[in-house]
Amino acid sequence: MAEKLIGTDIAPPDLPAKITGRARYAEDFHAEGMVFAKLLLSPMPHARVRSVDTRAAEAMEGVLGILRASELPQQEQGIGEAALTDEPKYEGEPVLAVAAVDETTAAAAIEAIRVDFEPLPFVLDPLESLREGGPDARLDGNVGGRGEATTLKWPDSVFDEAGPDRLPMGEPATEWTIGDVDAAFADAAAIVEETIVHQSVTHHPMEPRSCMAYWQNGKLFLHGSTQSTERTRGAVARMAGIDVEDVVMIGEYCGGGFGSKISGVPIMAVPAALSRKIGRPVMLRITRYEENYIGRARAGFQGWAKIGFRADGRMTALDLYLVQDGGPYGRAGDFTTAGMVATASYQPENMRFRGVPVYTNTPPRSAQRAPGGAQIVAMLEPLVDKAARELGVDRLEIRKINAPGHDGWLGAQQSPFTSAFVREALDLGGELFNWEEKIQLSGQRNGTRVTGIGMGLSPFTAGSTGRDGLLVIRPDGKLYIHQGIGNLGTHSIADTARPAAEVLDLSWDQVEIVWGDTSKHLPFSTVQAGSQTTHAHTRANHAAGMAMVGLLQELAALELGGSPTDYRVSEGRVFRAGNRSAGMSFAQAAERAIARGGKFSGGEVPEDLNNVTKGAVAGLAGEGLIAAARDNYPQAGAVFTWVATFAQVELDVETGEVEIVDLASTTDCGTVVHPRSLAAQTNGGVFQGIGMAKSQRWVFDPKWGIPFTKRFYTARPPGILDVPHSPKFAAVDLPDPHTPVGAKGIGEPPVGAGEAAYACAVADAMGGLCLCRTPLTSDMILAELEGRPRPYGLLDTHV
Amino acid sequence: MLQPEVIQARRGGFTRRKFIKGVVAAGATASAAGYLFRGSGALSPFLTAQGAVERLVTLNVNGQQRRVEVPRQETLAMTLRYQLGLTGTKLGCDRAECGACTLLIDGVTHYGCSILTHTVRGREVTTIEGLERNGEMHPVQQAVLDEGGFQCAFCAPGFVMSMVGMLDRNPNPTREEAAELLAGNLCRCGDYDKILNTAMRAAELSGARA
Repeated sequence: MAEKLIGTDIAPPDLPAKITGRARYAEDFHAEGMVFAKLLLSPMPHARVRSVDTRAAEAMEGVLGILRASELPQQEQGIGEAALTDEPKYEGEPVLAVAAVDETTAAAAIEAIRVDFEPLPFVLDPLESLREGGPDARLDGNVGGRGEATTLKWPDSVFDEAGPDRLPMGEPATEWTIGDVDAAFADAAAIVEETIVHQSVTHHPMEPRSCMAYWQNGKLFLHGSTQSTERTRGAVARMAGIDVEDVVMIGEYCGGGFGSKISGVPIMAVPAALSRKIGRPVMLRITRYEENYIGRARAGFQGWAKIGFRADGRMTALDLYLVQDGGPYGRAGDFTTAGMVATASYQPENMRFRGVPVYTNTPPRSAQRAPGGAQIVAMLEPLVDKAARELGVDRLEIRKINAPGHDGWLGAQQSPFTSAFVREALDLGGELFNWEEKIQLSGQRNGTRVTGIGMGLSPFTAGSTGRDGLLVIRPDGKLYIHQGIGNLGTHSIADTARPAAEVLDLSWDQVEIVWGDTSKHLPFSTVQAGSQTTHAHTRANHAAGMAMVGLLQELAALELGGSPTDYRVSEGRVFRAGNRSAGMSFAQAAERAIARGGKFSGGEVPEDLNNVTKGAVAGLAGEGLIAAARDNYPQAGAVFTWVATFAQVELDVETGEVEIVDLASTTDCGTVVHPRSLAAQTNGGVFQGIGMAKSQRWVFDPKWGIPFTKRFYTARPPGILDVPHSPKFAAVDLPDPHTPVGAKGIGEPPVGAGEAAYACAVADAMGGLCLCRTPLTSDMILAELEGRPRPYGLLDTHV
Repeated sequence: MLQPEVIQARRGGFTRRKFIKGVVAAGATASAAGYLFRGSGALSPFLTAQGAVERLVTLNVNGQQRRVEVPRQETLAMTLRYQLGLTGTKLGCDRAECGACTLLIDGVTHYGCSILTHTVRGREVTTIEGLERNGEMHPVQQAVLDEGGFQCAFCAPGFVMSMVGMLDRNPNPTREEAAELLAGNLCRCGDYDKILNTAMRAAELSGARA
């Protein structure tokens, strides 16, 4: 037997490259004759370009070309965004680009370009846009619809009735109901009702979205930072206006994406078009400052929740209204996901969800690690605590009372889950954190420091089906596992490959992972979003591994006699059961497969494969024994992962500073594939959530519409001194019965768990007082503790 | 946005006030970056166009003497990445906020984005590419492998260099001391727990080697 791969710590094979400087990220590539581009960014939050005078710039030595929005193959359409625009809708939106022999010259050329901007009305606060006569972020409307913007205005009476401290709730854009919330409220033993604000947050991965492009023999070669290599190829083809076959997408390493680089990024269109225009390779280096503008952000909310409970703590009614701050483009789905995720936490007996996605002239939004999910968990968990206090129910117990079991349901459609070991995760977390003892410390004061205890339970989607796996055994005897997913830091290129090796009973040192370059024949894959990858690609690679076992058995029977079922596969050989010597090595099998051709070496493929995979197999045909398979494993229900995080904080009542003293997290994410990586991703996600809850402001100048918080030092993600140095972690590690490996995704749910645990612990340290907003900065906490008037309105966003 | 000071230096006589006024009057333009690659002599025949002065300097990088032409304002990170091909030094923020460009100068950690190349003449510069000796990894690198460190790893070269500098100052740090000494580096994946495991393991391996 080869070593067991699922559930063991194996460092990813690319790690040596990452720590010797050999790993090449997008900006590390250099092409012969490469020149540099710079962007001209809009100085206004909303404007129309009346005219552009580029004569002085074009006359400068070293300037090679200027690219305008009108020259891009993919133009702005409907609510869609293009890489450049003549109607910028946020300060910092790229208007045009200049290529020059070096960056200084390009930047000087940008300075020499005269742009006549006509200022247009702009809006930063969604509620302002919903008022009659209020400004719209877009010329075609203020609210996101299906493929187009619509206009939604609420009468003044809606605002007057709500007053300054309660969310005005006019006509929603989306509404759904389960049961009858009003009837349930009438019978409730406890009701909590709050207006809540969650800020927007820029993603800020460590690697900015720099990219480089060149053309060769009609093909576009693009080096970029992406979460999903194979699925970025088509996006780049659309940006460049060419066939997907004419794109080579190279993204071997991605320095973090967190949802901001799911299938590439719009700005990739700039070096693609500029390099074509000037006939030279173009590098576009994106600065941290520019990353703040074009690097995407999480949607913010102004919300209201009213929650009813029975005396025993069961949630009988949840009434939720979310106004989404969605930036100027697309239709960020955070608000609808938020409603769905709330059901996966609490299974409310009755629920009403209402929401409006409003456009604002702030940087574009995209999915950010648990989009909608993290926000709603952080918004609602402190309210659940409030109810638990009122009812005298333990705060861990109230989560267990409401959490779904295997018979639980999800969302408005009340769909089933594939598995839900949520109570097991909560029990495990209670033990790991020592909840019973810790809760006794709540409110204890030591000098100027008060202890707060809190927890958060956070669900999120964690899987998908129907992707392809592609394996090649080459004449060197090694198994090559082709991965179309990206290498974004989750170790998934290696970890999701393990099932293929495991079903072949092959040692890991006999495995090579092929990834990161679409010219290397990559199969159809998921976009790496929604925490799908672990689930989707352990399935696909399991399916391909089983197909490879079948091909090896069939080949052995043809070569050596007998029937396929007489043969076993283990440790790099296919042989007759009970007699290892009566068989072939993988190297021999590869050679025999090449000689036979047909289905053994890619000449015939299963019909149900995606065309992308069929193309990849065709490119590999004749190079070895090739197995490609679609994930056809049956599945019923929504795949969800839950993370519970527990926090002990100490709040200094003289400074408003909060220190996290102890932190523990547990998860039900099915079978554990890579324990060390799982713990690291969970802790990392928890820390990201804590950053949102604690420090990451998003502040704009309301008069001019420009952001103040555009660098790390003004919107700082947690540093190493901001988090506990030994966070605890444990996984339930029970398999999801609907998937062969039993594993579900983990990327997203930790964020909301960390954010909520922090918010709840801070509220606990303040005697149960919920400020009902994020971030909970020291100045806000201190103003509250000292009874000073709040320096902000309850509905104010961007403070 | 272009730093006004930079603009002034580059185009003598263009004052900050005039620049700001120009921006307001023309409605343009928030552009470009605080960190710009000026280009090497080989790459650009147009350098004099923007008024920079090239200097031929000799650098000691990873134990080798390297002669490069650098404009006065070029940072060490840019020289390493774009003139010497040492792209292991990453640029995450260009403004001394993230530490991805951390390297050693005479054994002391510095941000490569915030030190001018001509100021390191005659000093020993060590980058991530210079840590291996005779094909053997540095104890800090070995510690990363042992602990399965880092996620996206864009911050990794900087953290590794900081750990090398850390062990020089404190060969046997506690977890808390290690965190203090590594606080100049940012990891957006939040992999701090494994980073501290790595730091502890690196101290162990260094001790064993010494």
